[in-house]
This record gives sequence, structure tokens and C-alpha cells, in this order.
Amino acid sequence: MMTETQSHATNPWLPRFYRIAKITHEATAISTYELVWDDATASPACAFLPGQFNMLYLPGFGEAAISISSDSECTDSLSHTVRVVGNVTRALARLDVGDQVGLRGPFGSAWPIDACHGCDLVIACGGVGLAPLRPVIYHVLRHREHFGRVHLLYGARTPNDLLYTNEYDAWRSAGVEVNVTVDLGDEDWGGRIGVVPMLMDRLRLDAAQTRLFTCGPEVMMRFVVFEALARQVRPEHVFMSMERNMNCALGFCGHCQLGPAFVCKDGPVFTYPQLAPYLRVEDF
Amino acid sequence: MSPTPLTVGAIVMLAKDDLQAVIDALRQRGYRTIGPQVADAAIIYDDIHDVHQLPIGMLDLQDGGKYRLQPSATAGWFDYVVGPHSLKNYLFPPRETLLSIDIVDGQWQMSPPAPAAEPIAVMGVRACDLAALEVQDRVFLHGPYVDPAYQARRANLFTVAINCRRAAATCFCHSMQTGPAVRSGFDLALTELDEAFVVQIGSDRGAELLADVPCTACSPDEAAEAQRVSEQLAQDMAQRGTASRETAAGEPRERSLDTRDIRDLLLGNLEHPHWDRVAERCLSCANCTLVCPTCFCSSVSEISDLSGEHVQRERTWASCFTAEHSSMNSGVVRKSTSSRYRQWLTHKLASWIDQFDVSGCVGCGRCITWCPVGIDITEEVAAIRQEDAR
Repeated sequence: MMTETQSHATNPWLPRFYRIAKITHEATAISTYELVWDDATASPACAFLPGQFNMLYLPGFGEAAISISSDSECTDSLSHTVRVVGNVTRALARLDVGDQVGLRGPFGSAWPIDACHGCDLVIACGGVGLAPLRPVIYHVLRHREHFGRVHLLYGARTPNDLLYTNEYDAWRSAGVEVNVTVDLGDEDWGGRIGVVPMLMDRLRLDAAQTRLFTCGPEVMMRFVVFEALARQVRPEHVFMSMERNMNCALGFCGHCQLGPAFVCKDGPVFTYPQLAPYLRVEDF
Repeated sequence: MSPTPLTVGAIVMLAKDDLQAVIDALRQRGYRTIGPQVADAAIIYDDIHDVHQLPIGMLDLQDGGKYRLQPSATAGWFDYVVGPHSLKNYLFPPRETLLSIDIVDGQWQMSPPAPAAEPIAVMGVRACDLAALEVQDRVFLHGPYVDPAYQARRANLFTVAINCRRAAATCFCHSMQTGPAVRSGFDLALTELDEAFVVQIGSDRGAELLADVPCTACSPDEAAEAQRVSEQLAQDMAQRGTASRETAAGEPRERSLDTRDIRDLLLGNLEHPHWDRVAERCLSCANCTLVCPTCFCSSVSEISDLSGEHVQRERTWASCFTAEHSSMNSGVVRKSTSSRYRQWLTHKLASWIDQFDVSGCVGCGRCITWCPVGIDITEEVAAIRQEDAR
């Protein structure tokens, strides 16, 4: 176990080593890793804001940028919902409870939850895009009285790709309207089939009161935003979490640039007006 | 020793051969001394112990995709300009280890590299390269995070700058307002006269060093002559104007860049047809990003031995001209050469201003010279300006 050293304060490249406390299988090739920091001598290292991400590190494999999917008011552990897509995530999938994982973070901008108190929320996400929004849902559950109507619009490719399915009932009973859709159903699927932007049709929005948080494939987000703007939601009330190649998370490596922004430090959460000039430019 | 008080801002004279005493004094103080010298038919930076390693009497002829060395009987000690290397090669080296990790008794143990850096002194640094140093400082020192390795090297850097007497055809520091005169950020700044150097002291370290160097008082005439060197060159470059000046057959066009409204010009023309026209020539080879003294993109990779128990995290220069640069698990963002050139140019001259409050271009012209097909940043901007689609 690496102990806290002076160098962590001055060297942002140094990971801290956490231990896996729990692994939850979520969906096809997707698991949630709950990490704890077992150095009780130092200050809590699990504080974060909903929407932020960590760099998870496995020596010999490298780092991957993974959003934090746990409750930000529960600071004894950090959960990361990870889909196996590359070298690092494949190595992570081979680990067991008790194994070490390096971690740098948290990094990046957050969903503006406090600024949305008193408003209606539309949370629109696709696939693992629900992971960085689960902390928002947990916040809503803890502080339900601060929000008006709260809609979760969530889609995945198939029913087997849906995340956190065993939590939807609790979310519904706490006053979150959960609308789920899949691209391709199976014989047990009795829910909706279709894409996430389509779920906007079901909502009767009070446009001036609505704040939209969206995360998922860029094309999905573009259509969700299009639908919201068409319903007179104000552009500055639309927030998007962007994905780019995040190599360092410090604004040094340059890979995650999106026009003037470094997605790692200026994002990943942006307002729509920040992104609007660039979203439709091909290959930008 | 000098009759003039050796203080910051003071100007003294140094006999040409006594530049050796500067090198010796630096080495006595533990500096690794770096200076320009000829290698592989170009002037590069390398270790220097003897002033005669300098490319004395050498000129460099530079143009789009062209670089030639030519001895000249009238050339002085520093009348070549910039080669492919810059201070970046030393402060932000092409390859470095950020972290070593060993597995000991089943536990990972980390060792960051020692924070102390070998002190480096670089001679013959041009105004454009000092400007580039300040640009990289903004990236690695003045953001929300500080890169500790860069910081350690930067703190131990000693610069002996030189005021250019000559500009290559590819130089356009006057357009970027970074030169030709060296203004700040140096420890010592030399101006070459026929028989001696006029030395301006830029820092306490520079003043302290000169105590061990046989310099003499500088007369008002000599100081004025030194000042005229930069003024004359600035005047010559300013006459290049903003449009291409007619040149004699076979002579390279002398560059300048019209920077008016350049951020909005470029970000307002992201779908300009000229990006595709450049892409027809661009090889996406990344040379421009490697020779650029401000380009800072890098990748960290994991170097492991066969046992997997000894791992190094190694940072190497990266380039926005590669697919890897914008590669995500869902695919590559910038798939075409056109989109990569657009990224490079709009970052360098436009979004850099949003990010760091300064242009990413210092007008050194390296990207023009070292482009294998001679793509010219000044011409590409002019082409976009000519058909501004806003």
C-alpha cells in the first residue's frame, strides 16, 4: 500500500492506491467497482462532485478515465461503472475484491446541481452514460424537496445492456419518473423500443423551469438537445457531458481538446452554448 | 574585471574569444552547457565546451521544405537563425519517465523521479524561442496543475540569448511580436558587433556569473551600435508588410502573418474549403509539431519488463497529426488529414488564445522549413482570409 507522501501534493502524476471493496456485475461486459482507500491516517480521499471522473490505473496496463457513479455524499468509497472496451478495462475485469487499483482524481467539471434547485430536471442518457448521472439521481433522492419534476430518460442497445435495473423501483417510488427504452428488445422485454430522444415526446415540459443533463453517444446527445431546444428549453439550461481521449486529465497532454476546451479540465460537463459552435463540425 | 557595476539591466562588453569564459564559468557552477552546432547538415543544439564548436561563419538558407547551410566570409558567430531544435528539447524532452513502479511482496511501490534537475545553460537562444519558453510555462506551470519535472528543469535553466542580426525568409517573429529583439526572460543577452559582444544582464544569476568573466565597460557608442542591430532588422522585417513582397527569381518569399482578428477568422471558418486543399499536400507526418517550440502534446505509455513487476510510465511527444491523438474507444475523432491540419492550425493560432491568453505561434518559421512539402502557415492563413466565409 502506498502511503500518502508530500509528493502527492506536488506531483499530480502520482496515483493513490485503493482496494476493490465490492464488484457488482451490471450488464453485458459492465461491472461496478467500489473502491476504498484504506489509509485511515490521511484525509478522506473520496470527495467528489457529481459528473467528475477519476483516472484508474493498473501498473503495466495504464490509465483509463472513468466517471464516478456513486453517491457524492457517501465518502467512504468511490464507485466506477466500467465497460470492458480496451486494455486497461479488460485488465480491471480480471481483478477480484481486495486487489489494488491506482487512482488519480477527481477531475473535471460537475453537473450544476445546486444551481438547479427549484427546477425540473430531465436526465437523458444512453448506455454507460447513466453512470456519471447516477450521482445526480442520488442527490435528487436525498434532496427531493429541492426539485420539481424529475425525469430520467434512459436507453441502451438491448435489455441486457441496461445499468442499475434493480434500483429503478426505488427511484420511481422516491419520485423520479423513469422512462427506459432499448434499441432492440428480446422476448421478455415489455418496455419501449426506440431511441432516447424519442422519449422526449412523452414529457410535458415547463420549458422555462427545465434543466437538461445529458450523457451518452454524441449523436444521441445532439438529438436530445435538438428535441429540448425545439420545446423552448433555453440553451444555457442544457448541460452535456462529453467524451474525448483523456490521457493525462491535467490539461498537459492535449489529446482531449474540443475547440477552445480541454475536456478533462474545462469539461466533461459543458453548457450547450459552450459547445454549440463545434458540435456539428465534422471530425472536429 | 569589469569597471561597470554588474547589476540587472547593465550593459558590458565581452571580447569574442571571451565567450569561452562564459562557458567555463557556467560549467564551474555545475551547468551542463548547450549551444548551437552543426550536425547532419543542420544547426542543432548539443553539449558545448569550446566556443569553436559554434557554427562560426555559417549561414542557414531556409524556405518552405528547404534548409541549407552555407559558409560565408562575412558571417559572424551567430548569423544563422533557428534550426530544428529549441529549448523545448531540454525543458520538455521528447521522452522522459514520470513514474517507476515495482511490485514488492505483492504490493505496488512507486518512485517518482528525483525532483532535482540537472542545471542546464543554453547559449544562442533567440527572441522567438524565449517567447516560446514563456508559452510553454503557461501550459506546464500556470494552469490548475504544475508539471513537477518541467518546473524543476525550468528553475535551473540559464539562458544566454542572442539578438538576431539576420532573419531567414521563413522568420516572421515581427508579425507575432516576439522579436527580433530579445526583450525579457534571459539571464544574459548578447548582441554581436564586428569585434565584440555587447552583453546585457537580465538576472542576478547573469550578473553573478559575469563576475568571473573578463568584461569591460561599454561605451555609449557601442551600446547605441548594439541597439541599432535589432532596430535595423526589425525595420527590414516590418517592410515585408502584410502582403507577399515581390522577390527576385529563385529567392524565397519573406514571410509575415496578418494576425488581425485571427482567432475569430479561423474558428469562424472551420468548414472552409482550404482545409481540404492543404490536406491534398499534407503528409500528416507530424514534423511541424515536433519542431514547433510551443507544441506540448504528449502521450504517457506503460513500459513493463517481462515479469510485469517493474513498470515505468513514460511520457513521449505526441502529435495531433496522428489517429492515436484523438482516438477513443468509440473511434477516432479526427479521421482525415484535413481535420488534423485544421486542429493544428486553429489550436496554434486561435483556441490557444482562449486556453492560455497568448498565441501558440511565436513566428520562428520552423514548421515551414521542416515541412517536407513546404506547407506554409502564413500562406494558409492568408488563403483563408482571402475567402473569409463569415
